[in-house]
Amino acid sequence: MLLSAQDLTMRFGGVLALNQVSFEVEQGSITALIGPNGAGKTTAFNCITGFYRASSGRLILDGGEEGAIDLLEILGERFKAEDFIHPAAFFKRLYYKMFGGAHRVARSGVARTFQNVRLFKEMTAMENLLVAQRHRVNHNLLAGFFKTAAFLKSEEAAVAEACKWLEFFEILEDANRLAGELPYGNQRRLEIARALCTEPRLICLDEPAAGLNPQETARLNAHIRKLRDQFQVTVLLIEHDMGLVMDISDHVVVLDHGEVIATGSPAEIQDNQKVLEAYLGVAEEGEMRL
Amino acid sequence: MKSALKESGMTALIAFLLFGPLSGLVLSGYGIEVHGFRPLLMAGLVFVGHLCFTLFARSSLGREWSASVFGRRDGGVTVARGERGHRLLIAGVMLLAFSLPLFLSKYWISVAILALIYVLLALGLNIVVGLAGMLDLGFVAFYAVGAYGYALGFEYLGLGFWAAIPFGALLAALFGAVLGFPVLRMHGDYLAIVTLGFGEIIRLVLNNWGSFTGGPNGVRVPAATFFGLEFSRRAKQGGEPFHQFFNITYSSAHKTIFLYGVLLVVVLLITFFVVRLRRMPLGRAWEALREDEIACRSLGINHVTTKLSAFSMGAMVGGVGGVFFAASQGFVNPSSFTFFESALILAVVVLGGMGSTVGVIVAAIVLTVLPEILRDLASYRVLAFGLAMVLMMIWRPRGLIRPQRPFFPIKGSS
Ligand SMILES: Nc1ncnc2c1ncn2[C@@H]1O[C@H](COP(=O)(O)OP(=O)(O)OP(=O)(O)O)[C@@H](O)[C@H]1O
Ligand SMILES: [Mg+2]
Repeated sequence: MLLSAQDLTMRFGGVLALNQVSFEVEQGSITALIGPNGAGKTTAFNCITGFYRASSGRLILDGGEEGAIDLLEILGERFKAEDFIHPAAFFKRLYYKMFGGAHRVARSGVARTFQNVRLFKEMTAMENLLVAQRHRVNHNLLAGFFKTAAFLKSEEAAVAEACKWLEFFEILEDANRLAGELPYGNQRRLEIARALCTEPRLICLDEPAAGLNPQETARLNAHIRKLRDQFQVTVLLIEHDMGLVMDISDHVVVLDHGEVIATGSPAEIQDNQKVLEAYLGVAEEGEMRL
Repeated sequence: MKSALKESGMTALIAFLLFGPLSGLVLSGYGIEVHGFRPLLMAGLVFVGHLCFTLFARSSLGREWSASVFGRRDGGVTVARGERGHRLLIAGVMLLAFSLPLFLSKYWISVAILALIYVLLALGLNIVVGLAGMLDLGFVAFYAVGAYGYALGFEYLGLGFWAAIPFGALLAALFGAVLGFPVLRMHGDYLAIVTLGFGEIIRLVLNNWGSFTGGPNGVRVPAATFFGLEFSRRAKQGGEPFHQFFNITYSSAHKTIFLYGVLLVVVLLITFFVVRLRRMPLGRAWEALREDEIACRSLGINHVTTKLSAFSMGAMVGGVGGVFFAASQGFVNPSSFTFFESALILAVVVLGGMGSTVGVIVAAIVLTVLPEILRDLASYRVLAFGLAMVLMMIWRPRGLIRPQRPFFPIKGSS
């Protein structure tokens, strides 16, 4: 089990965006998170990747050699009463309070893309990918100033890694163009490439096919499969394109009004009465308004 | 035509109403003289001027002109083509800069020193505003810390000029880090206001902590020395003065030339460093942070420490500028570090093109040398400055020189 969410709850004032959501993401699988608009899918992503601090619940990531990582702890939690008796626990919490945050989640192997593309628009595609390789490049300022051999080598390795992903997504010729100038479909792919440059074990894609034409969607389908099969990256994706979801996912989690209403294989989900109601219910309301 | 006449008539009427009391009523002794003709003349001028302007703007020629001038609003950022370096140009400029003392008078060398100090300040602020995208309205605080670091470092610790450069730089960086840590979680306007406050706080502390800083009277700063050799006619601190040691006739310009030389070397070093930074991971992280902070966090970049590094790095460069300012003036007091100074440096950065190192350097030099050349028009300085700002914002909203992205050669691609 790569990621397991247990009783995840997210409250925004009076709005209960997530209510005791529990699901699991299998290592090496493609898991889809679906649900009608406003179901809380993006909120779940924001909790997993540390942009929101879940009101309650647990998020455990299997960190490989590092053992299980508590994704909520590294965000920096509130101090608890017993911390003041246990100095070790106190300093650990203080450390994460000062230096913790979403970036720690990213460093522990969870990458993501955004529902509305967030690229560094006035930087080139290549630079976008280099920024993501924080762990690979040489951060020594003097080495960079004097262009030492070690520095040049690390930069070369980073450029090579970036080229690998650009080639994978068939956008190598865009390497030296500004990210903001690329066609929309290429921007979406560049964003996925950028997330992959952080060498994640789990990549969370928020509606990767939104705004793509059918050919582009088909290519995206192939790319996501390849990611799992060739690069052993586990994929968690939100998607409204049911064709794509049913085609590539191994496991589907359905959210509605912040609650998990069904989980299972695509075939099981297609026949699930509750899921049909959740989706058709929306349609019926629409018709009634007409 | 008719609507143009009507519009001009309305404008003239407004002008008449405005100029009526302004220029029509003149105080003489205890009475008021009424000059009816003056406002009428003004209104007439406004009428004719407005009519000419509207008619021109409506003609086909005028329309073309305004389209060509105001229509161009491209993004402004370009990607360098290939790995082209302007080596020859850079070498030429460096040679010219180093040979300046040969044909400039002492006065103009001190102007050049001031220009270079502004280059340093602008480079420092450019790191914070241009690269990392944080609006800092209190940059002068670090300039002051550098200058006072030298002055007070000499007074209390006996630091000389050479020790003061790293001391002032580190002190300013420390101030940057300490002041920055609590506020860098803020964004945009909030950060601008807090930094504005910091700038004023530092100035007020310098002003009011008289027993330590000398208050409004300021502090004397020792002159720079050449490896312990003084530039005065007679060595005040013992030993031989510079001119005796090298067996040349005494000239008061030696000190200025020396300071210019050292400053030039420092400016060149920092310039190259900043240029390199943009191709180093840290510089790239700063720019990425400016573009999209949330995306940065999703890539594992700690936005707080990265911003902090930009803030203290910028402060450090500003602090070095402060040390040279103190050395060139021989005296510092808080009135050199007002908000106007911060605004001026920010204007230099904006005019030069945020994020463009060359643009910022050119703007800093132009904006310090030009007022010296146009000494006679000194009272119009701020006016001209404002006008230049407005025009730049219309024609080149992205600054004098467009920021350019580095080019990465791709191997093995067809
Ligand atoms: N920052 C926030 N503050 C307050 N309410 C929020 C916030 N973020 C999300 N919500 C609420 O939480 C609910 C779920 O939103 P969410 O964006 O997760 O939906 P979604 O499933 O991603 O929908 P879509 O398919 O339209 O993207 C919505 O009712 C939304 O208004
Ligand atoms: Mg969403």
